[in-house]
Amino acid sequence: MSARLPNHSLAVRRLLILGALVFIGFFLVLPLVAVFAEALSKGFATYGAALVEPDAISAIKLTLLVAAISVPLNVVFGLCAAWAIAKFDFRGKSVLVTLIDLPFSISPVVAGLVYVLLFGAQGWAGPWLIDHGVRIIFAVPSIVLATVLVTFPFVARELIPLMQEQGRNDEEAALALGASGFRTFLRVTLPNIRWGLLYGVLLCNARAMGEFGAVSVVSGHLRGLTNTMPLHVEILYNEYNFVAAFAVASLLALLALVTLVLKTSLEWKFGYSHRSAR
Amino acid sequence: MISLHHISKSFGAFAALHNVDLTVRDGEFLALLGPSGSGKTTLLRIIAGLAFPDEGYVRFNGEDVTELPVAERKVGFVFQQYALFKHMTVLDNVGFGLSVRSRAQRPSRAKIRARARELLDLVQLDGLGDRYPAQLSGGQQQRVALARALAVEPQLLLLDEPFGALDAKVRKELRRWLRQLHEQMGLTSIFVTHDQEEALELADRVVVLDRGVIEQIGTPEEVYMAPRSGFVSGFVGDCNSLPVTVRGGRAQFEDQALDVAVDRLRDGNARLDFRPHDVVLSENGHGLPLHVSGVYRRGGSWRVEGTVNSSGQIVEIDLDADQPAPQLGSQLAFSITRARVFAVERAH
Repeated sequence: MSARLPNHSLAVRRLLILGALVFIGFFLVLPLVAVFAEALSKGFATYGAALVEPDAISAIKLTLLVAAISVPLNVVFGLCAAWAIAKFDFRGKSVLVTLIDLPFSISPVVAGLVYVLLFGAQGWAGPWLIDHGVRIIFAVPSIVLATVLVTFPFVARELIPLMQEQGRNDEEAALALGASGFRTFLRVTLPNIRWGLLYGVLLCNARAMGEFGAVSVVSGHLRGLTNTMPLHVEILYNEYNFVAAFAVASLLALLALVTLVLKTSLEWKFGYSHRSAR
Repeated sequence: MISLHHISKSFGAFAALHNVDLTVRDGEFLALLGPSGSGKTTLLRIIAGLAFPDEGYVRFNGEDVTELPVAERKVGFVFQQYALFKHMTVLDNVGFGLSVRSRAQRPSRAKIRARARELLDLVQLDGLGDRYPAQLSGGQQQRVALARALAVEPQLLLLDEPFGALDAKVRKELRRWLRQLHEQMGLTSIFVTHDQEEALELADRVVVLDRGVIEQIGTPEEVYMAPRSGFVSGFVGDCNSLPVTVRGGRAQFEDQALDVAVDRLRDGNARLDFRPHDVVLSENGHGLPLHVSGVYRRGGSWRVEGTVNSSGQIVEIDLDADQPAPQLGSQLAFSITRARVFAVERAH
């Protein structure tokens, strides 16, 4: 096909590639470089100091904690939802599929406000919670809740098409051979979906650590207590502490890069094992 | 002995099976034959415990197993696409059924491997145990699936379109081999197929299904030679159908009386079925005229295609290939030696 294109197509092609490169360079590479350049502008000592300062440490710890809770929760949820959708027929299946996509389509701010409405001092369950001394809003639980809500489509969305394509035959074969449901899951289903699952976990984790909007609404921005890394960056930035802000931001950027590399290598491996399975 | 009583099953508005009764004898090789959508696979899955009937019950040796899930029925099931576990070696696939037993009943790892090797020998795949399913041919995968199903020592072997995905030569070999295996191991086997030739060649008895209803149960000979309905007649084996009118116990095609006895049919329109080989050429020009439009060799006979009337009704007949092939465009005359007449089915 391309061989039959007229000669000037070469020029067009080069122009298009150049355009794409310029665009990517300007909007993606340049900002990324700027983050690291600004973070290191006062030298490694200042950079390091910004990361080991107590508030930064507590923000990093909180971010890791939130991810450590919300990612496993969403793995369990994603597996259940994908299993139900791919392997069973039931009423309201399409509604469930649509609902899973909801966090993608609503603004994270709304996702955060929902929890303020539910658990805040003025909210539905607020008075009861205050009476019983349970703090959810402006505390770690609400940050976890908001993060779970925002990240819950990632694993499910990754697994649903994969499990649908694989069908039920392998599981039925295992059951027919006398395996229990749990053993079938462990020895047949899980190996079949492992790469897709890992891929979903990576994306889910990246979003859980990077989430700003929903968390910002519910956290209360208490330094050293309810600040995650993205919130900490914002506070530092608003205080004109640019080097420290960019130093923490560079950690997030690094996370994004590591995720990207892992994702790409997984895609390669996933694609490869997928082909050989045919 | 397996018996099914009044089995009905619907998927939404679609009635997959309607009031099916069936008894399978021990040691029997049974074919469930029908077009797609006839309910044959659903019936097999209900026997296996992979699907459950809306109504009716299933008995194994008199014991009601209707509610029993597949894992507790001790059946071997071979799936249409084999459903081998891609991430396991062939040996692990075959040993799977033993390795998932409860701790008390599970043989040692070495014993499982030894048993799996025996089974691979049995299905003539010795030496391929360390390969992965993707590295095997279709026929080999099929045999791994069989070995895996046999590892749990089932009394009943169920096969869903076992030869569907294989090429003709491999299919023929595997059929013969499966039949041997069935006898050697004293199994009761039920297989689903849409290929009537396969059913007639392999099975002790054939169950012909159409739209969720059993049309006929019988030996291959009975089903082929004495089809009980127009559907069976048309589906099993090659068959010509002529629209005829019945008057006073005789069938008539257009204005020509046919020498075919008709009982149990009222006067009126009917359908006359005859096999391509149930004809003789008439020397004297009497009989049905056939305007030859195509001839090809089919083993020891000529398969001759042609029209029998001006409206272009097409008929196929077989003629002895020792004779020269009829010329295209020539006119033959033949009479039908064996035929069956069915009442015209109402539109469905």
